[in-house]
This record gives sequence, structure tokens and C-alpha cells, in this order.
Amino acid sequence: MIFSRFLALLSTRNKEFIRDRSSLGWNILMPVLIVAGFAFAFSGDIGKQFKVGVIHQTAATDISQKFLSLKHIEFYQIDNLESAIKKVQRHQVDMIIDAEKQQYWINAESPAGYMAEKVLLSSDQSGFEKQLVSGKKIRYLDWVIPGILSMNMMFSALFGVGFVIVRYRKNGMLKRLKATPITAFEYLSAQVVSRIILIMMVTAFVFYSTNLFVDFVMNGSHLSLFFIFALGALSMISLGLVIAARITSEETAGGLLNLFSWPMMFFSGVWFSMEGAAPVMQSIAEIFPLTHVTAAARSIMIDGASLLDVSYHILVLSGQSVAFLLFGSWYFKWD
Amino acid sequence: MADAIASPLLQIKNLVKHYPSVKAVNGIDINLPAGVCFGLLGPNGAGKTTTVEILEGIIEATSGEILYKGEPPGDRFRKEAGIMFQSTALQDFISVHETLQMFANFYPRNTDLDKLIERCNLNEYLDQDNRELSGGQRQRLLLAIALVNDPDIVFLDEPTTGLDPQARRNFWDLINDIKAEGKTIILTTHYMDEAYSLCDEIAIMDHGKIIAEGTPKALLQANFNDVILQLPEAELANVNLDELNTHQRDGYIEIMTDDVNKVIAVLIENNVSLSQLQIRSRTLDDLFLELTGKALRA
Repeated sequence: MIFSRFLALLSTRNKEFIRDRSSLGWNILMPVLIVAGFAFAFSGDIGKQFKVGVIHQTAATDISQKFLSLKHIEFYQIDNLESAIKKVQRHQVDMIIDAEKQQYWINAESPAGYMAEKVLLSSDQSGFEKQLVSGKKIRYLDWVIPGILSMNMMFSALFGVGFVIVRYRKNGMLKRLKATPITAFEYLSAQVVSRIILIMMVTAFVFYSTNLFVDFVMNGSHLSLFFIFALGALSMISLGLVIAARITSEETAGGLLNLFSWPMMFFSGVWFSMEGAAPVMQSIAEIFPLTHVTAAARSIMIDGASLLDVSYHILVLSGQSVAFLLFGSWYFKWD
Repeated sequence: MADAIASPLLQIKNLVKHYPSVKAVNGIDINLPAGVCFGLLGPNGAGKTTTVEILEGIIEATSGEILYKGEPPGDRFRKEAGIMFQSTALQDFISVHETLQMFANFYPRNTDLDKLIERCNLNEYLDQDNRELSGGQRQRLLLAIALVNDPDIVFLDEPTTGLDPQARRNFWDLINDIKAEGKTIILTTHYMDEAYSLCDEIAIMDHGKIIAEGTPKALLQANFNDVILQLPEAELANVNLDELNTHQRDGYIEIMTDDVNKVIAVLIENNVSLSQLQIRSRTLDDLFLELTGKALRA
């Protein structure tokens, strides 16, 4: 790779994006508007339903079954007590009961937990042992923000690179570049790096500006979060390169990009947890880069996780980035 | 050393490009010495753009051999060739100067950018966004891009298509400047006057083959020894022209003859007014019509 050629492409692409005011404006404004919309929409607990996690449900006595059959309480089975207790600490789950050991956990600061406890005790006289936990409430907004930031990155990565490459191929710009000494790897690297820089700048702006009026939870390291977002951007840009490697029509590119982005948007845990979803859906979600960016960012922001704690997601995103980049470079056609 | 000087800059041997439904290039041979302006002419679909794009390394030939300076074209060729495509989009939001600078950075060897800007008359538009350029300004920028690496060989694919007559003439001056520097030029064009004015040698292609090749003058001399008399069709409406070699073109009757006096005598005998009579020599347009049986711009 000749660095001067790479830098010439990178610099021109950056200027092109920054000077395109309407595109830049929407890239920044859109996620801010989504966050503001969610902050407004979820400012209260309208229509809340009690949520109770149950462990060892099969061991429930007849008396416990009476509680578990109550209406207007969402019961769900849990396998990992430790992570479930964290959710009680964050007010994401109102109560956990262990049907076998006859124990229940509630958050001492949660009104919904207090109410759930009253319902349990009035319907079950078997003498469940109370376990108290404490912790600051995690709002839905806090939970959804890592997903919104990741999703915005995904759209910027897929459409910002994929669409631009197809447009350049269609209007002959790529053909003109093919006639110069630059290589496909130099060209694609410049596209990837340019888009990562722009995504990170926009994401940082959206993160800090929305935090001014939403004040969302950020318990982890900003540097770790930056690393995860940069790696996630690389992975999704590389996916965009694969999609755009040979397509010559913007309409086909738009269809294909939507085919990838919409399932990711809904089944990567951006808007709702995939914990209760069918196992096959959970397996499919594991393929999506957005799943891993969102999960890792959420762990860092909410749980204060370190990079080591999210190493599984880092490993998957790194593997996907390398695979997509290699395949995209190999499969790429100038015209 | 003497062999190296004598050997052509570009050699094309039995070049073939077949698509599933068409033989776009069907076995052509060209030997191009350094420093000539070579014109490739032909109607739409003749295979000239396909030929040029194979030479430029844009598309792959089905078979045949291409040698640039005695070697298959590779990295060296891409560094030493300047290319102006028939249509090329330029990046939006980027100025003329930035575009030139970007392309200059792609090459290890560059021409003096200030002189190039001066020569292509781009001074007034240097800070202008590519989107705001007129047709002529845009063509001059594309030519400047093709020359940014001080190329040894320059490909110009229909460079004046769509330009007004004045812009075309200005563009011809630029091409003559490049010729004067001793650069080798391969020019494809639809305009016969352009080929006649600029090219040292031409090749006429049809159905993927070269059907005539040589200097414009030599080709005309080899194919014609007559002149053309032109009269408006209306003037000849009641005249029996069966004994003359004629055809219709753009509202005129053209009479081909090597004996002008005899034809004029026939016309006077038939009371034809000669006030609108024009006599002209044969042109490359006529040669093309003769060889391919179709008008060049059809």
C-alpha cells in the first residue's frame, strides 16, 4: 500500500462528506431526535406491568402455583440467578422468586418491588424468605441508548459506504480510478477509515450532547466504549463493502442494504431484550454485528464492564471485520 | 538500442473480445510508433471504445496480445498512461484544484501542476466545485487529469462530444500542444474533421474489425480520384440523373465525378441553375460512407 495514495483518497472523501451539509446534518440530527423522542415517550411508567423472574419453577408447590397463575404479572423463567439479581438492582425486574428454596428478592428502593411482594405474601402463606438488594434504577432510556447509538452507526456504516461505492461505480468514478495506479485495497481502506472517523465523530457528538439533557447512565470507561464503537463501526462498514462489492444499481443496493439493516435493527436487542425470544431467533441474532456492539456497549455503559468482560463480543466483531474485509476486497469490482 | 528505438510504443496482435451475443472486437492488429496521434474511427457499436478500454486495462480481452514498450501492460503502463474517458463523473463538493491534487498524488511522476492549469485554462475555476463546471470546463479538467502524470501515451475517447464549435476548436489547440510535446495519442472520435485535423494516422473500424488504416490523405487518395458537386434537390427535380453517379445527403443531391466539365455541361443542357452549385473534395465522411455503407453519426 502506498500511503500518499491512501491519504489522497481519505482526505478527499472526508472533505466530500463534511461539505455535504444536508447529509452531515441528518447524520447528527437523526440520532439526537431519536434519543429526545424516547426520553419524552418513556419519561413515565405508563401502563407498567409487574415483571417477576422465576427460578426452579418446576419445584413450585401448589400454594406457590397460586401466585404463579395470577393475571397481570409477567412471569419469566430465569437460568442465571446472578444476572437476574442485577436486573432487580437496576429495577428492570420487580422481583425474583426461587420456588425450590422458597426465597424472593426485591429492591428495597423499588415501589413496584414492594407491591409485588405484597401480592406474593397475600397469595402464598408458605413463608418465602425475603432477600433485599439495592441499586439505582436503570430507566428504559438508559437501557436503549447504547442500542440507538449502535443502530445509528449501523445505518451510517452500511448506507454511507455501500451506497457511495455503488453510486461511484454507476457514474464511472470507480472506472476512472481503476485506470490509475491505485489498488482496490488502497481505495477500500480509505473508504473504511474515512467512514470510521466520521462515525466516531458523530457518535461522540451525539453521546455527549444528548447526555446533557437526558443524563443517561455511564458506569464504564469512555475509552472502552470508544474502542467497542470503533470496532463495531469497522465490522459494519466491512459488511457494507461486501454488500456493495459488485452491485451496479442503486435500487438493488438499497434493497439489499435494507434486507440486512432491518432485521438487525429489530433482532439485535436494540429496542428489547432477546432473552425471552425463541432460541432460533437468539441464534440468528448472534450472527449480526449489531447484536455484539449493542451488548458490549450496554455492558460497559450500564454494568461498568471492562474490555475483558466483553472479550467474547470483541472476538466476534474482530473475526467478522477481518472476514468481511478480506472477502469484500477479493470480491470487489471497479466497474 | 537501435531495435528499442525502432520498436513500436504499443503493439496489438490479433485482439479479440467476444461477449455471449456479440463479437465486439474481432481480431485487430495495430502497431503504434511513439509520438503519433492515432485516430480510431467507427460508427456506434463498431468496437472502438471496447478496443480502447482493453488497451487502457479497463476490460479484459478474450484473446490476443498487447505490448507496451515491448512488455505486457502492467503497473508501469498505469503510471505512464493518461486516460480521458468518454464520460467520467467527478466527486461532488470537491474543487477543481483538489481534484487535480488528488489525481497527482496517485502517480510517482507528475507534471508541473501550475503549468498544466495554465495550459488547460483552468485558472479561473480552480476553487469551483466540480458540480458547477460547464461542459467545456469539465472536458478541460478531465484532459488535465489525463495529463497530470506527464504521460507517455494519452487516450482520448471522444473528447469533444457535446462541446460547442468554439470549445471544440479550443480543445483541438490543446491536443495539438500535447502532440507538439511528442506524446503518443490514441483518439476516438465521431467527427471526421477532428480526425483529419489532428490525426497522423487513422484506422476505421466496423463490426469489430479494422477495415482501413493509414494517413488520412493516403486513404483518401487510395480510395477516391473524383470530386463532388452538390446542388439542392429542388434544382434537380426534373432532371434525369441516371447516367450520373449520385446520392442524396441532407437535402442535396451529390454528384461524384472525375470530369467536372462534362457534368456541368449536362446540367446546363437541362437548364439547371448553377447559382447554388458547390464543388468539394472527398472527405473522411465520404470515405467512411464508401467503406461501411452508413453515415458516421447515424
